[in-house]
Amino acid sequence: MNVVIGGTGIRVSTTNAAFEEVLRTQYAGFIERESSQSIELTVDLTPPAHVDPDADIQVRNVGNHWTMDRGDFHAFYDSASRAGVVRQSASRHSVDSVIRIIHSLHLAERSGFLLHAASVIRADRAFLFAGPSGAGKTTISRLAPEDAHLLTDEISYVRKTADSWTAYGTPFAGELARPGENCSACVGALFLLRHGAENRLKPLKAAVAVRSILRNVLFFADDSVLTRHVFDTVCEFVNSIRVFELSFLPDARVWESIRETIQ
Amino acid sequence: MGIDPGDDPVTDSYPKRAANVAARVFQGEAIIMNPADSTLFNLNETATAIWLAADGKTTLRHIVERDIVPAFDVDPEDAMRDAGEFARSLAEHSILTLQTEPDA
Repeated sequence: MNVVIGGTGIRVSTTNAAFEEVLRTQYAGFIERESSQSIELTVDLTPPAHVDPDADIQVRNVGNHWTMDRGDFHAFYDSASRAGVVRQSASRHSVDSVIRIIHSLHLAERSGFLLHAASVIRADRAFLFAGPSGAGKTTISRLAPEDAHLLTDEISYVRKTADSWTAYGTPFAGELARPGENCSACVGALFLLRHGAENRLKPLKAAVAVRSILRNVLFFADDSVLTRHVFDTVCEFVNSIRVFELSFLPDARVWESIRETIQ
Repeated sequence: MGIDPGDDPVTDSYPKRAANVAARVFQGEAIIMNPADSTLFNLNETATAIWLAADGKTTLRHIVERDIVPAFDVDPEDAMRDAGEFARSLAEHSILTLQTEPDA
């Protein structure tokens, strides 16, 4: 099955029909026959020899050869041939993590990034709501008006396209436990979420915005060249997209505050 | 009359921006990242002025006298002391090198 996010497809193959069905459900709405760019990922359902469920992700490379390890999987990816293998148990979370890492590497070389952020299209513009777990990404998604399209409540996919920045829907779900819509729009603004005693938006100075956004970028690779690419991309993003700190109360009036500010 | 550098050897060093760091200046304030360990530094306007002037050919004392004291209306000795602390701090993080001789 070809799982296409932001125009980039990852062809996931497994010989286990039951697990393939699990993945088809997980990525429903993002499975397409063709995509302009494609990556091959073979899932080998043989668990790694030593499983440590608490181990952190480690992503290392020698040139184009990447290895990705966590307690529940071991993966290899060749970014030149765009092919990889993940060795894991029949857990959809394991392959999902590998897909996220591959996208983060792929985007780093293409003026894009994955961000811990909910994203929502409203009035033909995408609005990003970034923050760590507990910041309110799912809450703000739940509060979105009926005319809004939810791209994700957890991981946003952002890429520079022509003269603008585009946010794409992703199947990477947070507490809502449902994939985003497979659509895209130019980014209108980014909000860094804070819980507050009132709804308040404060424009952020660019240097502060860069630091805050970088804290929320998903990037695990220990590679100084790609790290520099990500830094440059976020700086470019901040040069053209308005960034606010958004303190909010968990009620729908926050969307009215957002609308008034954007207008 | 120059600024009294006291005993601080940093004053007469030639600070030089590290070549391998990534940096951008927004509205007069720099953000710098060391890609080797992803550490970030946000500099205020004064620190940014020092950072931008750190070409490896100019002493820190001259940078402070030429670029900081007139532009930011600060006490020269305070400015020199702060600049020394700042330069040492960035040098500790390999963002800046403090050369004893100027670049050719």
